[in-house]
Formats: sequence, C-alpha cells, structure tokens
Amino acid sequence: MDEATCIEIRDLTMMYGKRVIMRDLSFDVRRGEIFVVMGGSGSGKSTLLKHLIGLKRPAEGTILFEGEDFGAADDEARRGILRRIGVTYQNGALWSGLTLAENVALPLEEFTTLGAEAVAEVVSLKLALVGLRGFEPLYPAEISGGMRKRASLARAIALDPEVLFFDEPSSGLDPITASRLDDLILRIRGSFGTTIVVVSHDLASISKIADRALFLDIEQKTMTALGSPADLRTNPPSEEVHRFLTRSSGDRDTPASEHPPARTYPT
Amino acid sequence: MGAPSGDARAAEADDAATPVQVDLRQEDDALIASLAGVWNLENPTPSFDGLVESWPSRPTVEAIAFDTAELGTWDSSLLVFLLRSRDFCDAHGLDFRSETLPENIGSLLELTGAVPERDLERPESETSFLARLGARGQTSFEGFLASIAFTGEVAESVFRLLRGRIRMRWRDFWVVVQSNGAGALPIVTLISFLVGLIIAFLGAVVLRRLGAGYYVSYLVGYGMLREMAALMTGIIMAGRTGAAFAAELGSMKITEELDALRTLGVSPIDHLVLPRVLGIFLMMPLLTIYSVFVGILGGLIVSVALLDLSATQFIGGLLTPLTLSDGVLGVFKGTVFGLIIGISGCMRGMQTGSDAGAVGRAATSAVVTGITSIVVATAVIDWLAALLEV
Repeated sequence: MDEATCIEIRDLTMMYGKRVIMRDLSFDVRRGEIFVVMGGSGSGKSTLLKHLIGLKRPAEGTILFEGEDFGAADDEARRGILRRIGVTYQNGALWSGLTLAENVALPLEEFTTLGAEAVAEVVSLKLALVGLRGFEPLYPAEISGGMRKRASLARAIALDPEVLFFDEPSSGLDPITASRLDDLILRIRGSFGTTIVVVSHDLASISKIADRALFLDIEQKTMTALGSPADLRTNPPSEEVHRFLTRSSGDRDTPASEHPPARTYPT
Repeated sequence: MGAPSGDARAAEADDAATPVQVDLRQEDDALIASLAGVWNLENPTPSFDGLVESWPSRPTVEAIAFDTAELGTWDSSLLVFLLRSRDFCDAHGLDFRSETLPENIGSLLELTGAVPERDLERPESETSFLARLGARGQTSFEGFLASIAFTGEVAESVFRLLRGRIRMRWRDFWVVVQSNGAGALPIVTLISFLVGLIIAFLGAVVLRRLGAGYYVSYLVGYGMLREMAALMTGIIMAGRTGAAFAAELGSMKITEELDALRTLGVSPIDHLVLPRVLGIFLMMPLLTIYSVFVGILGGLIVSVALLDLSATQFIGGLLTPLTLSDGVLGVFKGTVFGLIIGISGCMRGMQTGSDAGAVGRAATSAVVTGITSIVVATAVIDWLAALLEV
C-alpha cells in the first residue's frame, strides 16, 4: 500500500440482497485530501459510504483502512478503526434524548479515559469550532437543521479523527449556510490535516472543496470517472459525467412530441 | 490529527513517549510559553493558570506569546490548553499573541471565537413544592380542556359526516373494524375466559361455605355482564388499539403528513381520526357481548368441575335472576369505553412532539389516559346506575 494512501478500495461490489448496486469499484483515498463521491440520486453514493464506514460489508472486494481490511477485521480491530474515523450523517443523526454537550461527549466518554471536567472542555472547544459556543444545554429538537449538521460535525471531530466522512453535508441547507459548512470542512482539513470523504451531488460544493471526485454511473453500475472536478469538467470521460457536471438533462431541446411515452402499469 | 506532515506520522510512534512540556521564559514584558512534546487527549496537560501565576515576575508581564519550535504532533488537547490561556489573558487584561502560533493552530483558535457565545442557560426549575404542585395542576387542567376541545372536534366531524358534508375514508374504517373485530378475538377470548374462570373460583370458595354454591352462575353472569366483560375488554383494547392509534398518528405528525393534509384544506380529524374513532366505537360493544359469553363459558367449566353443578343448573341459575338492564348496562359501558379509547389514542397521537422519543411517549400516554378514563367512567356509570336503580 502506497505511503500516501489512506483508504484503498479494490474490486468492490455492493449489493442489496441479490440486487447489484455498484460493481468493480477500485480507487484510493489519499491522506489529507478531500475526496468527493458524486453521482445522481439512487446511484449508490450513500451505500458506498456505508461500506467505507463499516456499516455494510462488501459483497465482493476489499476495503483497506490504513492497510487493515475493514470487512474482515475482528471486533477489537474494528473498534480501533472506528476510533480513528468520524461520520456526519445526512440529517445530523444526533441522539434526540441527549443535549448537544452530551452528544459530543459520548464518543469521548466511550473511547478515552478523560475526566468529566476535561470532557466538558473538549466539548466546549468542539462546539465553538462549529460556531455553537454556548449551545451545550440545548436538545437537537431545539435547534435548526443547519445547526444540527454543525453539531453533528462537532460530534464527529470529538475524537480528532484521521478521516472524516460526510453524507450529503449541504442537503437541506440554504446556499449561504451550505457554503459556510464547506468553509468549515476546508478549515478542518487545513488545520488538522484530516482526510475527508464527502458524498454529495451539490455541484457548487464539489467545485469548492474537492481535490478529487469519483463519479458513480447509475446506468453502468460502476465508476466512470475519477479526477479533479476541473479536469473532469474540461475533459469529461463520458456524456453522463458531462451532463452531471454541467447540470444538463441532455434533452432540453427535444420537442415534447419526441419525449418517450408515459409508462403504463398493470392495474 | 494535527500531524504537521506525513513524515511526522511515521515518527509518531517514537514521539508517543515524549511528554507534554511547557517552559516559560520572559522577554521584555512578554511571557513566552515554549510548547513541546506530543499533545494527545490521553496525555495530561499542565494548568496554564498555575504556571503563569507562579512566575516570579508575574506583575511585570503584559502579554503571553508562544514558541512552538519543539512542538510535536498535537490534537484538541493543545487547543483546549490555548483556549484556557486565552481566557486567562482576557480575565487578567493580558495581550494574547496568537500570531506567534503556527497558522493552522491560529486559524482554529480564531474559528472558536468567530461566533460569540450565547447565554442559553436553562432557567432554574421551580423548586417549591407548592409551585410544582400548582404547575402540575395547571398542566392537568389544560390537558383536560384540550381533551374536551378534541372531543368536540370529533363530535363536529361526526355531524358533518351525518349531514353528508364530508367523505369518510371507508377503507381506513374497515381496516380499523377488521383489526379491532376479528383481529382482537384471540386476546379477548383468552382474557375473558380466564376472568370468568377466576370469578367462578372465588365464588365457589365463598358461596360453598354458605351453602349457596348454586349462586356461582349468578355471580359469574352478573359480574361479567355488568362489569368485567366491558372493563377487561376496554383495558385490553386501550393497550392494543389506543397505543396503535397514537403511534400511527404520531409518526404521521413527525413526517409532516398531518401538515400536508391541512395545507390541502383537509381536516386530519375528518380524514384520520373519524374512521378510527367510529371503528373502535362500533366494535367495542360487539367485543363486550362476545366477552360476556366467553367469560360465562369459563365460569361454567369451573362450576361443573368443582361444584358438581350440571350445565342446565348453571344456565338456569344464570338466566333466572338476570335482567335485560344488566346486559344493556354492560354494553353501554363497552360503547363508552370504545369512545374513550378512540379519542384518547387519536388525541395523544395528534399531540405528539417532534423528537424521536415522542411517538413512544404518545403511545404510553394514550394507554395511561385510556385506562384511567375507563376506570373513572366505570365508577361514574355505576354510581348513576345505582341512583337510577338500574
């Protein structure tokens, strides 16, 4: 495994039951880069993320985290890997019965031997980093969607992870809030040197933060492009990638009469 | 995290043994803190306040600066230390020279101060017993008013239905009827049979001593018909159906389905509550009648087995003293309980909060409200029956 490689994916096939979602995925995530997984709705981006964070096991292929096979790891090794990653979910996934402080404190209490006072200090620091200083006593239901995402990020960075995963960080956010979250992602990478993997279909966000991007093609059920967003836009390897990056449906000029007929379903 | 370069990671194992070190020296009016070693959350960090306060020429210090030439890998523990030192500087009017820190660390410190701290301390809860009692009483009273208002809305909806001004979702209605009719028979059968059995056992022990074993059938019939059939069926259905109504409507509220109906101009009461309340309202009397027969069957089996009564004697002893009003009273109670279960279940569902635990709380609350109301209603109806000599 290359020294600069943080996560190595080889010949990964993802399935739900007997249905193949994506096949033959092979790529590396380099240490310290912001790597974006992009693709249309239903292309399997979030499923790929679930594989990368160990929530789903590969049907075929391997995922190596710092050279360690995540899928084949025993419980102790998995715990060791999980200690080194942080995840923010699409809707925050904050525990509703806990305050923001308790949400951020939980990973610290679970994985470290810090005392209550030290935990409280780290919690305050993490909440301050995401702009939620003083929000410690509030419950997730008492804050807005954007704040929930930031609180989720504070929880994800509680243990100073080496790799941070984001599932659709800008979904449901207004452009300004989404842009601020992108700035935060860049700042965290810049200061901590964290490797960041983002699943997204937000073009503005992809252009702003991605060092490299992977495109999952829903029709071909595999990856069809890997490179920097600028390169992919200049030299798109396929028509689908071109359409995705230029937000074009490809048939805007098609007269209505030439559109395919509406589907009919048996009653 | 916080490794300055890829190479540093390789050296991390060697560095791990290097303890955190903070050395102070003074240059003019500035106190320079030299930060060295590996800063890790698990490693103990020194107290900044203690270090500075113990510095011999502390009164001449006007600024705090940092020297990070010997700094190894670091994580949040360093940031916590620096935040503490910044707070110390703020509190003592010292100049905190963040520009002496590496850019990536300075940038994070700047981020922590980018948004001013909000004062969101929760108000202290009222500790006086009387105040808490009053607040609880007020909440209960408001809950009672809300239940009256909700019942009124359901009644209005029924009138709208009778006048043909709304179209009910009959498919939902039949689902409720099926679920609370045939679907509820196994559990109602089991519980009613056992209740009949228990009453007969009790009767057998007590009445046989008085030489009145023959009256066991009267006790079982009277008890099941007037009280136990309706009460036990009500309690079963409050736990089974009331909770289900609350959970269904609560989930719909959380997923904004109720708001979607309102914005279409459709009343959730007409569309969702009415079919459920009418369904359980119609099925409860039928279940009560069924429960009476099953309970009497349980009593018959005990009487024949323990008291040497024949089935004919049991039925004779049952039919002679019982009146139609006993049966009507039991069925009336069942009908009232049906209304209580439907309304309390739907009301708690509609009052569900917005967090993940809210649906569970709504279901629990529906069961508690349903059973409590059923017991209170039983007492009120029995008192009225005694007054009217029914």
